[in-house]
Amino acid sequence: MEIPYTVQNRPDTGIYNAKLGIWLFLASEVMLFGGLFSAYVLLRVGAEPGMWPHGWLNVTLGTVNTLLLALSAITTLLAWAACKVRDFGKFKIFHGCTILLALTFLGIKSYEYHDKLIHYEIALTNGKFADGHLVEKSKDFDLLKKIGTVTLHGHIVEDRRELMDLRSPEAQAAKHEDITIAAADIKKMGNYGPRHNTFTAIYFTLTGLHALHILGGTLVIFYFWGPGSRMWKTDPERFTNRIEVSGLFWHFVDLVWIFLFPVLYLT
Amino acid sequence: MQSNVQQFPPFREAAAPHGHDDHGHHEHAEPGFWQQYVFSTDHKVIGIQYGLVSLSFMLFGFFLMLLMRWQIAHPGVPVPVLGPLLEKVLGQPAAHGAISPDLYNSFGAMHGTIMVFLGVVPLAFAAFGNYVTPLMIGAPDMAFPKLNMASFHVFFLGGVVMLVSFFIPGGAAQAGWTAYSPLATTIPTNGQAFWLVGMVLLITSSLLGAVNFIATIIQLRAPGMTWMRMPFFVWAQFVTAFILLLAFPPLEAAGVLQLMDNVAHTSFFLPTGLAVGGQLADVSGGGSPLLWQHLFWFLGHPEVYVLILPAMGIVAEIVANNTRKPLWGYKSLVYSALFVGFLSFIVWAHHMYLTGMGQKIATFFQTTTMIISVPSVIILTCLFLSLWGGSIRINTPMLFALGFLPMFGIGGLTGLPLGLAAADLYLHDTYYVIAHFHYVVAPGTIFALFAGVYFWFPKMTGRKMNEFWGRVHFWCSFTFMNVVFMPMFAQGIKGMLRRMSDGGVNYSAARVPNAIDALPGTVMQLNGWILWAAIALGIAQLPFIINLFWSIRHGEKVDNNPWQATTLDWQTPTPPPHGNFAHEPHTVRGPYEYSAPGHATDFTPQDEPAAGAAPKNKTEHH
Repeated sequence: MEIPYTVQNRPDTGIYNAKLGIWLFLASEVMLFGGLFSAYVLLRVGAEPGMWPHGWLNVTLGTVNTLLLALSAITTLLAWAACKVRDFGKFKIFHGCTILLALTFLGIKSYEYHDKLIHYEIALTNGKFADGHLVEKSKDFDLLKKIGTVTLHGHIVEDRRELMDLRSPEAQAAKHEDITIAAADIKKMGNYGPRHNTFTAIYFTLTGLHALHILGGTLVIFYFWGPGSRMWKTDPERFTNRIEVSGLFWHFVDLVWIFLFPVLYLT
Repeated sequence: MQSNVQQFPPFREAAAPHGHDDHGHHEHAEPGFWQQYVFSTDHKVIGIQYGLVSLSFMLFGFFLMLLMRWQIAHPGVPVPVLGPLLEKVLGQPAAHGAISPDLYNSFGAMHGTIMVFLGVVPLAFAAFGNYVTPLMIGAPDMAFPKLNMASFHVFFLGGVVMLVSFFIPGGAAQAGWTAYSPLATTIPTNGQAFWLVGMVLLITSSLLGAVNFIATIIQLRAPGMTWMRMPFFVWAQFVTAFILLLAFPPLEAAGVLQLMDNVAHTSFFLPTGLAVGGQLADVSGGGSPLLWQHLFWFLGHPEVYVLILPAMGIVAEIVANNTRKPLWGYKSLVYSALFVGFLSFIVWAHHMYLTGMGQKIATFFQTTTMIISVPSVIILTCLFLSLWGGSIRINTPMLFALGFLPMFGIGGLTGLPLGLAAADLYLHDTYYVIAHFHYVVAPGTIFALFAGVYFWFPKMTGRKMNEFWGRVHFWCSFTFMNVVFMPMFAQGIKGMLRRMSDGGVNYSAARVPNAIDALPGTVMQLNGWILWAAIALGIAQLPFIINLFWSIRHGEKVDNNPWQATTLDWQTPTPPPHGNFAHEPHTVRGPYEYSAPGHATDFTPQDEPAAGAAPKNKTEHH
């Protein structure tokens, strides 16, 4: 038994099965991310005035990541084109670049995550807020027993609202220095993880889901670049189709980032 | 001429026309058990796998419901027979063999989830769709057989996760099958996290399935199988697949967000100032409970059409076959199904009139809701009109199909008051909604599914199910279904709320005699009737279960096309071999050429060469 149109186009539809399949899958992905972006819009519109953060993310790193993915889109296309003209060596080079670019993207993303996870906001017993990156915790630090100290590199503010818009002149002018706080003075302490507020929640969820897509796509491309490339010898046309289909997915994942970057970093 | 295909040499020597293999699967080398029944990529085996698993889940969901009905009729009284077992398995929530309110909530949530996502959808879409669709369009298999296998395994895993959640501390999810936040996050059990993981798996499975179905129908139609020659069943599956493809992802998104709320303690659906147990919850707040409902019902409403469209497809096939004449208004049926599919995406908020989302939005959704009833009525009317003037053959599948028509009609028409905000505000949280929804799905869809099982069983096994016990099954189910659900309309109109674990005792005239509009004794009494009707309904399924398994080996033997049907699924050897067709079928006419004047028989198969045409050499196309 052989299933028709796995490699050749069906004449009346003009497409082969896998290409149709990936487009359908991408349609569902559009709805998935569409649902999440709608959630973002509703949550942001419903936020209390002045409580939606601005400028919390590193625009430089975001821009670099955007360029990395844009480049990877080009190398993906070139890799497919190389397959089309039956130039296996060039395919190897271009998709090798794709994989490296993707891994660099994920590396930068993990650095950004790490930066958020060591960033603490501490509500002090005197009603003020300390905010900054963790320098060190004393060895005996225990929040529940109220012993020890914690040192942040940051500043102390009167009102949480001052922490919301980091692009404001006041926030830009704020002086950051090492602050050591005794556990006894701490009312509540938490990092900028997902539970910090609605913005970090949606930031981690959206970019996390996107990073999972990047990871999945990289694994697939790596498989076709490495062990899966044996098919080149036996059935180059089918192999080329595989590169096209995985490339379509990759372009979609890039496209999602093109929406994520302005929505999360630039507004 | 019985069947066109048999004129040609068999596809393989091993594929005898009357196979003795009960699972419709032939291979050159005998594959092992695992290869053949568990890790099979054959759409027919996968269809049967889905069928058996989803029927089992339906039975399980039914038992949950029986336990709930006992609790409603006799609040706090230990469950007879099953009580000690419950206590042993579930522990504290079933202390003394009685069902605690928490356990009742768990059963309620899981009954809904299991029946919808693990019972009816997999049976209607995945089981029948898998088995029948490729046969009907003349395809050798699905477009992506391995993906097909994967989607069954992911589905199975999702089912296992759901089942396991009953046995974790705190028990299964308790926030209803709709899992409304913040309730779903604040109930102190991990059941909800299990539920969400299970749902993500089930959604993934149906996404893979939907991609596969659409690709198969677009790409693998046999030569001559043009769009308007496809049986209505295939159209119904096609629209269903699109609904699943596009409506499920937003729920997956919502599921991910709620999982974050439950596991990473975010506040996507938790509002500012949320109090739990009288204390301010330790959450950042700023979330929106309404957002969950929007995302949930964006799937939830299209899901209703996922439940009903395949059922309509099955009924259409059986009605055409047993009236021995073409379906009335085939094109109207097709366009109505497409229109329903499209409109089902813009009616979701009619489930949310009570949330206070605003009059303007309510007006919009009332309008679309009234509009969507039009194509549904067209479909039902076409099916009714198809009966007109036919010499109707009554058999078990036809009985169930005929039962479907008025039952779905009742379900649909009683939905109209719910689509209008003014009436819905009163009826929404009452048993009226339960009765309406169950008329659509239980005596509606599930009857159609029974019809399908009886109808395609001979293709799967080469034997018919016992006719007498089939009729017993039908008449008992028909009677008791109505005794179960009809009284709920009355209870709902009298104001009995639908989520109470005590069956309304605390609002009854017996308990609070002076209260205005307390539930009268007659309404409370109905709870007892419903319980006994439900038990009888359960007993009425015994003939079906025994018949199903007994007939695999002992049913009456039949040939390839026992119903004398026209569609391609009946023009294959029985059971169809791996690859389905002896030769690629060439479709030359529409799907319902029954009683064509001048033809020797009262049916003309879709691939029978046109009269006068020279016999074609079928191999030239390959």
